[in-house]
Amino acid sequence: MSDYNFAYLDEQTKRMIRRAILKGLAVPGYQVPFASREMPMPYGWGTGGVQVSAATLTPEDTFKVIDQGADDTTNAVSIRKFFEKTAQVAVTEKTSEATVIQTRHRIPEEPLREGQILVYQVPIPEPLRFLEPSEVETRKMHALEEYGLMHVKLYEDISRHGHIATAYAYPVKVEARYVMDPSPIPKFDNPKMEMAGIQLFGAGREQRIYALPPYTQVVSLDFEDHPFDPSKAEHPCDMCGAEDSYLDEVIIDDAGGRMFVCSDTDYCATRQAAGHRGRLSAEAAE
Amino acid sequence: MDAQLLEGGFTNAPVDAAHAFRAAMNAMARPGRIEAIKGGQGPTPMSAAAATLILTLCDPETPLHLAGPLDNEAVRAWVTFHTGAPLVGAGEAVFALGHWDDLMPIDRFAIGTSEYPDRSATLIVECDDLRAEGTQLRGPGIKDVAALNLPDPDVFRANHALFPLGRDFFFTSGSDLAALPRSTEVI
Repeated sequence: MSDYNFAYLDEQTKRMIRRAILKGLAVPGYQVPFASREMPMPYGWGTGGVQVSAATLTPEDTFKVIDQGADDTTNAVSIRKFFEKTAQVAVTEKTSEATVIQTRHRIPEEPLREGQILVYQVPIPEPLRFLEPSEVETRKMHALEEYGLMHVKLYEDISRHGHIATAYAYPVKVEARYVMDPSPIPKFDNPKMEMAGIQLFGAGREQRIYALPPYTQVVSLDFEDHPFDPSKAEHPCDMCGAEDSYLDEVIIDDAGGRMFVCSDTDYCATRQAAGHRGRLSAEAAE
Repeated sequence: MDAQLLEGGFTNAPVDAAHAFRAAMNAMARPGRIEAIKGGQGPTPMSAAAATLILTLCDPETPLHLAGPLDNEAVRAWVTFHTGAPLVGAGEAVFALGHWDDLMPIDRFAIGTSEYPDRSATLIVECDDLRAEGTQLRGPGIKDVAALNLPDPDVFRANHALFPLGRDFFFTSGSDLAALPRSTEVI
C-alpha cells in the first residue's frame, strides 16, 4: 500500500486543524495555537500553509500556489506538486480559475471573489515578537489590548527616518481589536486584505493559525499626521506596462541597467496576452 | 449490540469530511448564510447536518455535551462509536448538541479566557427550520447586513458583548447549516 490519505494528513490531525480554523474565523486576528505536525519539507518552506491547505482542500478544488507572486518558483512548484500527488486536485496558474490559493508573501493583483480561499504561509505570526521576545508577555499584551509598544516602534521609525520605514509585514488592526501580522506581504498589499474571499494564515514552526472572514475590517496602523501609504516603485511594468501592480526590480547588466516587472506573474502574463506592452517587451525591443 | 449504531458514518471519511468542513467553514466565515451539509446520519432525533458536523469535528480530544432528548441511549452509543468523544457536563464541553431550550441557561458553557479566547464552547443548536430572515446581523463575514431566524436574539447580543470571549454557534435543521460566531453583532 503506497497511497496517501487524501491531502496527506491523517483525519485526526485535520480535525484538530479544522477546529483551530473555525475558532480563528470566530475571533478574527487572534492566533489560535495548534499542534503543528512535521511535514515532508523544512520549516520555513510553508509547512503552516501546507497544513492549512491540507485541512481545507476538497477533491473538486483548483489549487494555485504563488511564491512572491510567481507560480514558477521552486517553493510554489513543489507545494503544487505535493497536492497534485496527495490530493489529486486540479492545479492552475490563473488566479481567476483557482478556488484555493496558497501564497508566500503576496496577495494576487486580481481581486479575489466570494468562494475563493487565500492561505498564507506565515514565518513569525506574532506582530509583537521583535519588540517583546516572551510569549507569556505578548499573550498578556493581546489579552489587555496593550499595543502601545507597536506605536512606539512606528513612532521611532518616523523620528529616525522621517517616515514609517516598515515596508513589509506591516502591522494591521483587525475589527478594532487584535493587532495582527499580515505575514511578510509588501505593505502595498495591505489594503487588499478587506476582500470577498476567506483568508487563512498558517505558521507551522510557531504553531499558530489565524483567519479573516470576508469583508473583515483590516486597518494598517498609522498616525493622523503620518497616514498609511501603500507605496510602490514609481515605474510602470517593463513587460506589460501596468501602472497599478507591485513591481520587482531586476538588475539586467553590469552597467547599472535595471528593469521593473510585475511580481504577480499571472497578472503580467494575462495582460501581455491581452496585448498590453511595456518598455522592454519583445516587440518594443525589436 | 444494536447494529444501528454502526450505521450513519462517512462512507469515504477523508473526502466526506473535507466537503462537510468546507460547508462548516463557509457558514462560520459568513454568519447567517445557509449552507447544505451532508454525509452523516445519526439516530433520531439528530439531524443529518448535526450528525455530519459531529463526525467532522469531534474526536477523543473534544468533550461533547448532549442536552435534552438528544441525550438518549442511541445517540450516546452512536457518538461514542463513531467519534470517541467523551460525553460530559455543560461546563467541560468543547462542543454541545441540543435544542435551544435544552441548552439553556447559556452561561453554563465556557467562554474562553482573555489570553486563550479559543478555549470556548461551540454549540450545535438543532432548529425546526433555518431561514435567512428575522434578526439582522452585522460584522466580520457580512458585506452589509445578513438575517437569520435566531431563537433568542438577546442571548446572542449578550454573547457578542463578551467579545473576544464568548461561545460560537452552529444551527442545524435537516441538512441545512448556518453559524453565528461571537464576532457577529446582533441588531
